Amino acid sequence: MKPSRLIIAIPYLWLALLFLAPFFIVIKMSLSDLAVSIPPYTPQLDLSGGWEAITAYWAALDLENYTWLADDPLYINSFKSSLIIASVSTLITLAVAYPIAYALACSPQRWRALLVMLVILPFWTSFLIRVYAWIGILKTEGLLNQLLLSVGMISDPLTILNTNTAVYIGIVYSYLPFMVLPIYATLEKMDWSLIEAAEDLGSSRLSAFWLVTFPLSLPGVIAGCFLVFIPAMGEFVIPDLLGGSDTLMIGKTLWVEFFSNRDWPVASAVAVVLLVLLIVPIVLFQRQQQKLSEAG
Amino acid sequence: MKLIGAITAFALAAGAVSFANADDDKVVNVYNWSDYIDEAVLADFEKETGIKVRYDVFDSNELLETKMLAGKSGYDVVVPTGTFLSRQIEAGVFQKLDFSKLPHAGNMWDDVKNVTAIYDPDNAYSVNYMWGTTGIGYNEEKIKEALGDDAPTDSLALFFDPKNIEKLSSCGVHMLDAPTEIIPAALKYLGEDPNTKDPEVIKKAEDVLLAIRPHVLKFHSSEYINALANGDICAAFGWSGDVLQARDRAAEADAGNTIVYKIPKEGALMWFDQMAIPADAPNPELGHKFIDYIMRAYVAAAASNYVNYANGNKAAQGLLDDGVINDPAIYPSTETMKNLYSVTAYPPKVNRVVTRMWTKVKTGQ
Repeated sequence: MKPSRLIIAIPYLWLALLFLAPFFIVIKMSLSDLAVSIPPYTPQLDLSGGWEAITAYWAALDLENYTWLADDPLYINSFKSSLIIASVSTLITLAVAYPIAYALACSPQRWRALLVMLVILPFWTSFLIRVYAWIGILKTEGLLNQLLLSVGMISDPLTILNTNTAVYIGIVYSYLPFMVLPIYATLEKMDWSLIEAAEDLGSSRLSAFWLVTFPLSLPGVIAGCFLVFIPAMGEFVIPDLLGGSDTLMIGKTLWVEFFSNRDWPVASAVAVVLLVLLIVPIVLFQRQQQKLSEAG
Repeated sequence: MKLIGAITAFALAAGAVSFANADDDKVVNVYNWSDYIDEAVLADFEKETGIKVRYDVFDSNELLETKMLAGKSGYDVVVPTGTFLSRQIEAGVFQKLDFSKLPHAGNMWDDVKNVTAIYDPDNAYSVNYMWGTTGIGYNEEKIKEALGDDAPTDSLALFFDPKNIEKLSSCGVHMLDAPTEIIPAALKYLGEDPNTKDPEVIKKAEDVLLAIRPHVLKFHSSEYINALANGDICAAFGWSGDVLQARDRAAEADAGNTIVYKIPKEGALMWFDQMAIPADAPNPELGHKFIDYIMRAYVAAAASNYVNYANGNKAAQGLLDDGVINDPAIYPSTETMKNLYSVTAYPPKVNRVVTRMWTKVKTGQ
């Protein structure tokens, strides 16, 4: 094999080992039945039993868990609610991130490296600790309420922690850099003389932005949206720590199936469905990127 | 931490990891609840025996159970609660204890052993570490403010009567995220058998819980310690020792929050955390040594003095601090003891009904 091929093989091997193999284990589990044993599902593949054992094993697998998911509205509602939370927080993140990225791209060259580093800086602290910090800020006796009370903007403390609002704040905060960086990357590459040309031809600054800057930054916007939407969809930590009892998200539902119900087969089925749902936007994203590179 | 657990559990499910190292066989791997031991006990054990203790913690039975069911957890001693222990024994998770290696087993308290036998027949697989009750934790000042002087702080009605909890919702109420603890309490409030396995009777608890769920800020099994201590919430339905920890932290902070724990007059659930050795423990020999060490009277007493939970060690009782042995919230009076009840695990089919009902209670779905 040529050395270049060998290098290409490494990511594929990585993908097969760390994504495909576990995924097949999860699919296999989702077709099994619950049991009181170690591990808590049946059938177990026993290769020592020869061919007969393997056929018996295949025969015992079924789609029962998927019918179970379809029968109980809980799962569909969890998916729906995750979809809404992920979409809305993606849009809010975009609204917050775009001006930041724009300001970064317009900043003087010598400041940029430092400013970009400031965007990445939060990653130096553990994600978990940063989400925990929001508990201290948002709780009834927390920093935010104390501040608002002391300046007299509110007379009673706001209940933000343990509501969906807190979940939105947590997601927007946590994923902001994933939106800022790709948008900044496209804006930075942009040829700013195009704006000058638009203005020379009589376009206002605002319409120049909408007609020139924004369309040119679209690949970055789309990449950022996917980078936020996809992990937000399956998010567990943020709704668990900041959300309340009303917060319904598929990550939490999956946790309950896996830990409280000890129902690994149904939990696996939920995970497979989640993955299938996420494959659709991922494929769309890939297509769009490909088109862009062909056109470019 | 649930999250860490979820990650580890998935990692374990994909490929079990063994911590045991071939060349340092003098290590005992212990997996216990968080905030549940005096570190000095571990240091003394290491000093006396020369065995190193690798000590990890969890905050929910579900987490421990998932690790046990994935197999090859690498632990020599784990501490599940009785209800969970019983079905884990059934799944083949544990090995029988070798009592010839446990010379201090004679210290254990028959009253406790009689109850734990419902989870672990003949107490063959486990010995008691600590036990406690599930009851009412509240902030004295805030409850007075919300409900006046005659607030029913010693009654389940404080939580399960919508009239009361509605008034408390402005200052915040937490409940354990543990259906096996809350549903029996709701049934007790209704005058039903808290240990029932009849889905029809269990359903009755659903109406009670659905009526109060809008007023519960959060169902969570560990956040209430800090939330109570800091005055962020005014009441929590939680575990005795955890509320007492909140009491001590609040007293330390001295910010005008007085935390009290009460066993409801209708009766409270009594639970037992049991030390057991996994069937595939890397070093069961050392596991036995560790359990035997904890069963020494002075060690058990030191542990209880530190964590504010009662233990199942009769010989330790004379060595306990006055503030522990005489605190009715820790060692309830004989009178109160009569009112305590314990529950056994739900059969798998009923368990599904219970957890589905719990999801409905928590999310409204």
